[in-house]
Amino acid sequence: MSPRAFLVRGLLAGLLAGVVTFLVAYSVGEPQVGAAIALEEAGDGHSHSHAAEGGEEEAPEVSRANQSTWGLLTGTLAVGVALGGIVGLVAAATLGRLGRLTPGQSTALVTLIGFVAVALVPFLKYPATPPAVGSGDTIGVRTAVYFAFQALSVVAAVVVAYAAVRLRGRFGTYLAVVGAIAAYLAVMVVAGELFPTVNEVGDFPADTLWFFRRASLITLATMWGVLGVALTGLVIRLYAAERAVAERKALAASL
Amino acid sequence: MSQHAVAPVAGADLPTIPLRELAPWALFFGLLGLLVLFFISADQGAVSIPSGTLIHEWVHDGRHLLGYPCH
Repeated sequence: MSPRAFLVRGLLAGLLAGVVTFLVAYSVGEPQVGAAIALEEAGDGHSHSHAAEGGEEEAPEVSRANQSTWGLLTGTLAVGVALGGIVGLVAAATLGRLGRLTPGQSTALVTLIGFVAVALVPFLKYPATPPAVGSGDTIGVRTAVYFAFQALSVVAAVVVAYAAVRLRGRFGTYLAVVGAIAAYLAVMVVAGELFPTVNEVGDFPADTLWFFRRASLITLATMWGVLGVALTGLVIRLYAAERAVAERKALAASL
Repeated sequence: MSQHAVAPVAGADLPTIPLRELAPWALFFGLLGLLVLFFISADQGAVSIPSGTLIHEWVHDGRHLLGYPCH
């Protein structure tokens, strides 16, 4: 059980998550991206092809065929591997420090909290938008509030998890865990009310918007789900192998 | 304190990794991971390093489907 062993397993699990996420995003998400772009090109909304702005009929820098295949694969693989490495190291840090949870259990809990804090809660406040929704003029503000909200969510999750572990001895596991979850929810609901609302949907069709957002949520859930399942499995195997070695050593020493 | 009090009950053999040993790994690979996430999620949108739109265009669909702000 070394930092390196966790990092390598995190990267591997992330690679697998990236591949599976690409397959899911391509088959579930791309039809919705295509539908949004078709609407955009049919209407007289803002032009999505940046190269074509200003009325010029230039070829786009990256073709749609590349964006929806190699470009998408690049994105899911890179995000998967990066998240995998980070989650692997966080799992290493929590090892043996979350009460009596075994290495596999604490790793699974870390990825579950990671999905909620990094992906799900930010999605509820600032849901994914399809191409054609979202003005280029507001990308600065939208980027700032999205990452600020996500950072707050992660910090709140880490703080309440740490507090739950520390207060467990005094209040018991039940109260500590319920209190931690309630505190996290309270912070994020208040923050959600205070953070500015982004609404640039306009007259974009509600059904296409919902189908896209559902596909986006499925994509995010696939990323974190595969990462969590794969990493947990690898950590369980790692722990079992180390225990077997330790038992053999103990047996050898007793002879 | 609580984790030390709990450990001997059932998890006496639960392994831990000393934070001192973990810190250099977390610092280096954590920053590397965040850098990768930045280039995939936000570069050439609000902030552009390097300038241009090639990275933005190449990872465009992943950015939309993974829930990052895009346009």
